[in-house]
Amino acid sequence: MHRHPQPSPAARAALALLCTALLGATPPAQAQGVAWVSSEKDNALTLVDLKTGTVTGTVPTCKRPRHLQRTPDGKQLLVACGDSHQADIIDLATRKSVGKLALGDDPEAFDISPDGKTLYASNEDEGALSIIDIASGKLSKTVPVGKEPEGVKVSHDGKTVWVTSEAASLVHVIDAASGTVLKNVKVGKRPRRFALTPDGKQLWVSNELGASVTVLSTTDYSTLATLNFEIKGVRAADITPVGITMTQDGKRAFVALGRANQVAFIDVASRKVTDLVLVGKRAWNVALDKAEGRLVVVNGLSDDITLVDVAGAKATKSIPVGRVPYAALVVE
Amino acid sequence: MSVRNGFRPGRWRRAAVALALLSTSLAPVAALAATVKATLIVRDDDPRFERNRTERPALGHAGGTVGPALDLALKDGQLELDAAGSKLVLDSVRVDSIAGARAAALKAESAGASALLADLPADWLLAATDAGKLPVLNLRESADRLRERDCRPRLWHLMPSERMRADALAQTLAARRWQQVLLLTGPGADDQERSATAQAAIKRYGLKLVASKPFKLSADPRERDLANPLLLTGIAGGAAYDVVWVVDGDGEFARTLPYRTALPRPVVGDAGLVALAWHSSFERYGAPQVSRRFAKASGRAMTGQDWSAWLAGKALVAAAVAAPKGGAAAFQKALAEVELDGSKGVAMSFRPWDGQLRQPMLLGDGQSVVASAPVDGILHPKNALDTLGADAPEKLCKAR
Repeated sequence: MHRHPQPSPAARAALALLCTALLGATPPAQAQGVAWVSSEKDNALTLVDLKTGTVTGTVPTCKRPRHLQRTPDGKQLLVACGDSHQADIIDLATRKSVGKLALGDDPEAFDISPDGKTLYASNEDEGALSIIDIASGKLSKTVPVGKEPEGVKVSHDGKTVWVTSEAASLVHVIDAASGTVLKNVKVGKRPRRFALTPDGKQLWVSNELGASVTVLSTTDYSTLATLNFEIKGVRAADITPVGITMTQDGKRAFVALGRANQVAFIDVASRKVTDLVLVGKRAWNVALDKAEGRLVVVNGLSDDITLVDVAGAKATKSIPVGRVPYAALVVE
Repeated sequence: MSVRNGFRPGRWRRAAVALALLSTSLAPVAALAATVKATLIVRDDDPRFERNRTERPALGHAGGTVGPALDLALKDGQLELDAAGSKLVLDSVRVDSIAGARAAALKAESAGASALLADLPADWLLAATDAGKLPVLNLRESADRLRERDCRPRLWHLMPSERMRADALAQTLAARRWQQVLLLTGPGADDQERSATAQAAIKRYGLKLVASKPFKLSADPRERDLANPLLLTGIAGGAAYDVVWVVDGDGEFARTLPYRTALPRPVVGDAGLVALAWHSSFERYGAPQVSRRFAKASGRAMTGQDWSAWLAGKALVAAAVAAPKGGAAAFQKALAEVELDGSKGVAMSFRPWDGQLRQPMLLGDGQSVVASAPVDGILHPKNALDTLGADAPEKLCKAR
């Protein structure tokens, strides 16, 4: 990120005034980029300019868009669409759909191999993981997993794929090359999403009905720790963690706590919650911008996203997006 | 060829065997699996599954037998069972009397079953429970007495109680500030008791009973005061009302009441807005996936009864995972501790004081889920779910 030269105090005051006049609030960090937000009931992606905090447009896509990922070359955006059984491929330069990729029945989440050649998608209805060759668009293998699979993550070396099964409360460890299940690891109730530490040694799993995050060792799949969320004044049943992301240096993690309507900041080394930020209703998925100064929180039950200033651990703005928003991705 | 729409015993037995044989190819842990047995006892020629009922099930009534939902739960749980090294075999028996229910329970126990599942009327259920020492999962009966004066330490209820349904509805009316209630009660065997439950909920949530009247299905002009919706809901004899709460276990009168009232007011209770354990139109918490899996397997929409049966299957799987070697005492202990995910957004467990599964209720009109209970703003010292149904301090079940 470009750092602007420090303005003089007077200029800073003037700038702050201008910002206040323009936005009605002072942005605490120089935000940039565009947040792409999928909404399950809209068949469209909403574009939010992070600098101004306003919706600048929508891009039509396939039916019931959910998980979003950028291709490793950064040029395209893939959108998994549950009711179209495919991914929409969107060119980020033109912001137009340039093709479709069949993902099997009711795809929910997916990940892409580090070489950008293979896509792994969870098929919620079938209880399967589809392995797809991106270039040919061909389904190379279907791996049966537990019911209602959701989170998908590929290891840094591309050799292992992890999938959560919500109904079976398991993480499946799958050999990417052969598509065989190597191990089923019991985690908390209704596991949802993953984050992987930069060294690849710890796999963090959010447990929606366990009000917790399970930290698994990727060496022997033992549970290194279970981080139980506790919030004063909120009952455990109302803490339903789903979305999780980690900074690139692996020092901090961010977990959306669902019906607790908050997002937790976690110090990865000590596995302790450092901050809690109140956001919208049923905080669902989270995304960081490149500078990791801004967190985008998608609120499934209030049809909006909340922008959170990471340094100050403070919500700065809520922006209405589509109906039943699901995921966000920041493109800069 | 039978004219009944019911699930035939042969078919269900075959399904159970097929399940038991289901390959464990998904599991890398192919340990030597211990076999755990359970027996489902159902009523032969169950009048609830007569064609004229299941073709057009009233809201809150069964859409068919419990077989497909149990089958689904066991399939859903196969991976967990494999991982735990447990093999669950469920067989099914049909009985035609209270004595038959007792005999079937004894037979299952001597054959080594660890638990019973029952889709039986209340007295049959009690006979099966009292026959031996097995924990019993009640898939069907919502009668409050089974959670209160006729409760049993080994009886676990998946179906919400009548009181839970009444509380859910009363909370919803209170939240809407639809406070003036006209209560109509039918002549059915359980209607008086259910009407008393409704009146208690009306009182508990500060609603006002403006009038309470009996009704009757009749075309006899001499009984028109009892049978004519317009006369029953006119205000000549009483004060104006916000809603008509109809108690009709049979359902034939209730389903024709909406839009036939003298005043333009909603109908609630056994028609109109109904408190349900589940409805196939529910959209949150992964519910559509469950409804879709069920519809694919059974060819019909998933009802509250199906959900309760599905959850009974999940409870059985959870117990078999916790106690892979089986045994009545181990299962009883495991059931007391299970936490179940039934796609209603919260983990659910059995209340220790009456064996009832605590759960959110859905308020639906058959087209959509309009609301859920406990409603926002209802408070409870420990768990808001315990505002639905009998709570611990009431000590209504002396046997537990």
